[in-house]
Amino acid sequence: MQINRKFLGHLYMVLFLVYLLVPLAVMSGAAFNASKLPTVIPWKGWTDQWFIALYHDNRIWVAVRNTVLVAIAVVIIAVPVGAAGAILVNSISGRVRAVLYGMMVAPILVPGVVIGISTLLFWHQFSVGSGLHLSVLGQVSYIASFVMLLVLARLQSFDQGLEEAALDLGASHGQVMRRILLPHLYPALGAGAAISFFQSIENFNVTLFTRGGADTLTVYVFSKVRSGITPTINALALLLIMVTLVLAVIYEINRRNKARLEAAREAEGRRAEDAEMVAS
Amino acid sequence: MNDLLRRYGKGLTWTFIGLTFFWLIILVVLPDFKLLESSFRPYLPVTEVGGPKDVYSFGNYLQIFGNEVDFNFFGLHFPLAARIKVFVLTIFYSGVVTLITFILAYPLSFYLAKVVSPKSLPTLFLLLFVPLWVSEVLRSFAWYIILTLKGPLNVFLMTIGVISKEIRWIDGYSPVVVTLVYAYVLFMLFPLYNAMQSLDSNQIEAADDLGAPWWRIHWRVILPHAKPGIASGAVMVFMLSAGSLLVPAIINSTTGNWFTQTIQGIMLEGQDWNAGAAFAFMLLLFCTIAVSVAMRVFRVSLSDIAK
Repeated sequence: MQINRKFLGHLYMVLFLVYLLVPLAVMSGAAFNASKLPTVIPWKGWTDQWFIALYHDNRIWVAVRNTVLVAIAVVIIAVPVGAAGAILVNSISGRVRAVLYGMMVAPILVPGVVIGISTLLFWHQFSVGSGLHLSVLGQVSYIASFVMLLVLARLQSFDQGLEEAALDLGASHGQVMRRILLPHLYPALGAGAAISFFQSIENFNVTLFTRGGADTLTVYVFSKVRSGITPTINALALLLIMVTLVLAVIYEINRRNKARLEAAREAEGRRAEDAEMVAS
Repeated sequence: MNDLLRRYGKGLTWTFIGLTFFWLIILVVLPDFKLLESSFRPYLPVTEVGGPKDVYSFGNYLQIFGNEVDFNFFGLHFPLAARIKVFVLTIFYSGVVTLITFILAYPLSFYLAKVVSPKSLPTLFLLLFVPLWVSEVLRSFAWYIILTLKGPLNVFLMTIGVISKEIRWIDGYSPVVVTLVYAYVLFMLFPLYNAMQSLDSNQIEAADDLGAPWWRIHWRVILPHAKPGIASGAVMVFMLSAGSLLVPAIINSTTGNWFTQTIQGIMLEGQDWNAGAAFAFMLLLFCTIAVSVAMRVFRVSLSDIAK
């Protein structure tokens, strides 16, 4: 019975992974099909024409460049803003804290459509026209929340006594910040930057309403799907999936190496202990 | 606050406050006020903006009425304005998406939290994360390819002889629901897993030793413990679904319109920004109410959901 249930669990896990991966495989496969419509059946023979078409499609590369620029700008603004918010919330308590915290978390749950439209209307009254700069501001308004949550979690494990000690020993405020608080926050800031970058690349709703005439990758793919698709998009999808996979594999190899090192170190420690026991 | 001043001095403290002010007031609060204000303004040619006709009214909100169509709710027919119908159906089907993702994710999160050996967990999570990292627009596109009339699903089903004629899958709301489930199921899985993982396995064993059947263990021990995770996942998936524009727009089922598409039509095709603001505000209002109700029902706080 127990074994049976375990087997069902493994089976479900495998089926779930198949469910997640098959659509991606179908999409990638269509990139090599000579058919003019993106599909895997009927198979009309292998081709690399869609990759060549992708290479020559200038609009895509402009969109890629825009996407990366917007993402970088979002990281540059969202990380300090979110971190400042977290430090502020962490230093107060009571009712004000609850309200402030609520205001900082709420943007995550606000639909992107609402953020996009409100950003557009707000800046329009100051004669700031739509464009990617507004997309950046709109995206920051909710992406900073993710950074805030990460930094706030990290602050829970921060020993404020360290700052006290530094101040007592005559450190300036800037030094306390630079040498004690920031180093402790680096992991959270790094994770925040990574999440901000990917959230920004993923964003569609906010960008659609604020972009003006400029393209980002998601908007471009969207407009392509709407206006007669060719498998060029599939070729692009395959490339992006490959990048993701390579990153994932690198991450996994890194993790395994670390785990092995850790295990080796532990074993060594045990051996040393044993030797000590024998010696005494 | 004083604590902050003592630690970091005036300059840094004011920098923190300034940055937070910029974020919460300039980027969040004021734009939302502007949204509300605009939503009461009429749609006028540029020359008449600020003129005598530019007065506040509920005109934009009233646009949701009119153009009545037949609404079939589980066999119950009654006339309903087309846009209200879309609104109601968007909420209804977002609920359906939430329920399906829960049913799909529950066994898996239990398996990950309590059955599988901890050693293989990081690898499994990586495998689960890879599809999540692939852009949402591409994942929706993948389902569009699968579901098209001449697509792989129909060909496959016809080859193995289940159907004799192609089925038009992209019709009504089901293709949108299918794709939304695929896009957001992991947002249900991770909070559920987090909640279950903190449950002491001894509790399950104790219940088992005392003779509880497996379904009662789930009902009385695991489900109550996982409640914050369920609330968090449900709110997340529901909000993402109801606010999704990308998925319904890419699937493009003409008989399965989403409320966000209505807003997009008014804003970008109709260029009536004020009416768009009114409709966006309705969506925002509904979302606020929905989250508050969910928090009451599950008795969780915002910080539980944000985890």
